[in-house]
Amino acid sequence: MKFRIYRYNPETDAAPRMQNYELNIESGGKMLLDALVLLKEQDDSLSLRKSCREGVCGSDAMNINGRNGLACITPLSSLKEPVELRPLPGLPVIRDLIVDMTQFFKQYHSIKPYLINNDPPPETERLQSPADREHLNGLYECILCGCCTTACPSFWWNPDKFVGPAGLLQAYRFIADTRDQATSERLDDLEDPYRLFRCHTIMNCVDVCPKELNPTEAIGHIKDLMIKRMV
Amino acid sequence: MVNRVIVGAHYGLRDWLVQRVTAVVMALGSLALGIYLLLHPDMGYDRWTGLFASQPVRAFALLFLLSLFYHAWIGIRDIVMDYVKPAAVRLVIHVVVVLALLLYAIWSVQILWGM
Repeated sequence: MKFRIYRYNPETDAAPRMQNYELNIESGGKMLLDALVLLKEQDDSLSLRKSCREGVCGSDAMNINGRNGLACITPLSSLKEPVELRPLPGLPVIRDLIVDMTQFFKQYHSIKPYLINNDPPPETERLQSPADREHLNGLYECILCGCCTTACPSFWWNPDKFVGPAGLLQAYRFIADTRDQATSERLDDLEDPYRLFRCHTIMNCVDVCPKELNPTEAIGHIKDLMIKRMV
Repeated sequence: MVNRVIVGAHYGLRDWLVQRVTAVVMALGSLALGIYLLLHPDMGYDRWTGLFASQPVRAFALLFLLSLFYHAWIGIRDIVMDYVKPAAVRLVIHVVVVLALLLYAIWSVQILWGM
């Protein structure tokens, strides 16, 4: 199989380049990450992140043939050759396929991704009815791989001010949680022309999410709640 | 002035909502005009002036144009927010656009009621 992989070491290289690789591998039943591990045996200067190799940790997010995804759950047989691999777009490159996710996590932290509840903690856990718990489905599954946010043009233009789809999905995850008591503050925090309303429903986020979540829908629900609060 | 990332101007929802409402007004107006033109293929000067002689038509035309200007303001502001980074330049562009749109609004009234 033929590969074209983005190579760049900002400390030594003047500019990024694409390097060609060839690998003798039977594509049936194998994932892209399997091929990358073999390529790294061939050329140990090739750098990438990986960990769980089963789509749970979100470490090996990258741009695969122009589309963000996780290498570990992308079947080799689904890819057109030469397979072009680039780092996630819109973030600074540390080396090759490894990007600096600082800005992404800064936005994630800005939405206070934890339960805010001022009642004294009960002896056991804070309970929720099954119906209330149902609302968190499709929200809590996010693994923070960054595929959606780095596919979003609004995040490319305003990474410092726009929360991005991953952060907004998590913002709604806590707004939707009946055990959370900071709904109003959370809405206040997002009622701003940049933090949420840079979203122009481009829906690249929905298109690329490897967990098939829907940040655009969550953003719509936040807008609905803001309207409900206003009128 | 310190260089910090500033967010929190509380007009995100209002402008987003206004943009939707003005879009509906313009869609209805375009549809109404489209139907009228289909029903009257022989539009000449007399028919145009006759149409706009009616006060409700003038009023709705003004509503349509004001919607257009407000909608345009939010759209242009969004583009400027994305692509123009220095706040001072952004402010100047905002002021110029608002003043131009205000002038257009005044001009619209003059045209509609001056016929």
